[in-house]
Amino acid sequence: MSKVAMPKLNLQELNNLLQANRGLAAVVKKEVSDHLSGKRFLILTLLVVAACLASLYIAATSIRTAAASQESSFVFLRLFTTAGANLPFSFTSFVSFLGPLLGLIMGFDAISGERDRGTLSRVLSQPIYRDALINGKFIAGVIVLAIVIFGLGFLTGGMGLIIFGVPPTLDELLRILAYLALSVVYISFWLALSLLFSIVFRQTTTSALAGIALWLFFSLFAIFLVGMIADAVCPITDSNNLEQVMANARLHQGLSKLSPNTLYDEATVTMLNPSVRALGVVMLEQIYGAIDAPLSFGQSILLIWPHLVGLIAATLICFAAAYFIFMRQEIRA
Amino acid sequence: MGLTEPTEGSVSINGFDPARDPLRVKSLVAYLPDNVGFYQDMSGLANLRYTAALNGLPPEIAEKRIQNALAKVELTKAAERKVGEYSRGMRQRLGIADLLVKDPPLIIMDEPTLGIDPEGIRELLELIKELAREDNRTIIISSHLLQQVQKICDQVGIFVKGKMIASGTIDQLGNQLLAGQKLKLELIAEPQDEGLYKLCQSFDAVLELKKEDQILTLMCAEDIRPQLAQKIVTAGYKLLHLHLRGFSLDDIYQRYFQREEGNYEQGRDAEAKPSRT
Repeated sequence: MSKVAMPKLNLQELNNLLQANRGLAAVVKKEVSDHLSGKRFLILTLLVVAACLASLYIAATSIRTAAASQESSFVFLRLFTTAGANLPFSFTSFVSFLGPLLGLIMGFDAISGERDRGTLSRVLSQPIYRDALINGKFIAGVIVLAIVIFGLGFLTGGMGLIIFGVPPTLDELLRILAYLALSVVYISFWLALSLLFSIVFRQTTTSALAGIALWLFFSLFAIFLVGMIADAVCPITDSNNLEQVMANARLHQGLSKLSPNTLYDEATVTMLNPSVRALGVVMLEQIYGAIDAPLSFGQSILLIWPHLVGLIAATLICFAAAYFIFMRQEIRA
Repeated sequence: MGLTEPTEGSVSINGFDPARDPLRVKSLVAYLPDNVGFYQDMSGLANLRYTAALNGLPPEIAEKRIQNALAKVELTKAAERKVGEYSRGMRQRLGIADLLVKDPPLIIMDEPTLGIDPEGIRELLELIKELAREDNRTIIISSHLLQQVQKICDQVGIFVKGKMIASGTIDQLGNQLLAGQKLKLELIAEPQDEGLYKLCQSFDAVLELKKEDQILTLMCAEDIRPQLAQKIVTAGYKLLHLHLRGFSLDDIYQRYFQREEGNYEQGRDAEAKPSRT
């Protein structure tokens, strides 16, 4: 008897698993096509493309001097990081600045917009779990983000190839891919955050404002705030006092690493600048005697591994919070 | 329906508990909210396709059902247009097509006729009736528009302050409510003269007679309409109007409210059609 029962049970489990994801594919498909055909998305992508082309132009005009002034290789990576004299923007700083905006705009009305239009109650009364809707929206967002970011990265890379004629080495290529993947994770964090806001706030505008406020806070004000807190908690009264200086610097660094922006920026620098050997406070005696040579790809990844985990964790926390609130929310108008 | 969390109590639909088995329940029940929302920048067809996909229908069946549903609500021509261009009535009809694509045995509608022009209402009510009668579905409508409810519903329940205080067919409710009470007859006949009054009072059942403009109001102990009508006609009067008050849903509703005096939040009439258990 038990032999007969076993496969039945497995079938049931399989069935349950399938049931749980029912409708997910449909939601993802619809959301992706919505994003790609939406005007809002078009405008923002054009903005980002324009920014990247501008940064490419800047890099094109100043990369020769930059490459000449520093004897190191990795010319191809400089394509992404070189900022001009008159315009202090590189590809990376554009992505790091505008990327969050892309994520926010894709998610800020994900749920509240559906609620406003009255589609939420209709969609959720179909035989799907609530998970399917929110998971589908997030997955669709990440897919679209990945398309945009990788598209842009390859576009810039390709243009650079044409302009300079310097092919990337394998190491450089891996670094660029890692950097682009990192960017997708980072922007996904903002997507998850805006998804959370779109669930918490019933008003679409409130949700958008909350997202933008947080974005501005992290990209502009957090730096000052962290400095202030660090100075207040561990004041430096004597700049010769090593203990004090170290404590202050440690706190400063620790606090600023709470910001996803800092995590991303540090990780980006490490990824695209192989000569970065350490992040954080380094004593002179630790550097003394070290050979000034670029790190290998694997070592750079090792260096930013905590950052990557931190970013993914932050994304998951936002998403989990969104999930938790949404599951219990009253949908009826 | 997975839209709201229970605070207390339990619900069972065909033996399934919505809190434990939401997907089963959701596939048995369809819901048409009062202001049904569709994706504005998608065509009606695309909206229905999305519903079909969410229901996990295989494409061939989905297409067939969608075409049938659109034909039934007469939106085939407008199917390719964006929902943003639809009128309210069209949206509501698309909502019904949406239900048809899902094809559930139980449908819940919330104020389906709100904000639609009279002709649209008539069509919509016809459609609802068809859904119930032809396909043998249970439809629950919640509405404030009692006359419409009366037209299409088999059973009504009256909710005051969230509690169902009466349910049954309209006649049952009327009888229940009016049992032992005086009946109110409205009568218009020409010419209206003393003879007519006397004639009316000649019935033992008539307890009281009042004149209001054209209308004579008779308070009676029992329903004497057949006898009264015959007598009036044989006496040479022209009978223009004879109506027993108290059996329209409006009247029933009002009575219940008077009984449940005090403030109420919302009165609702829910109704079920040829229901299966």
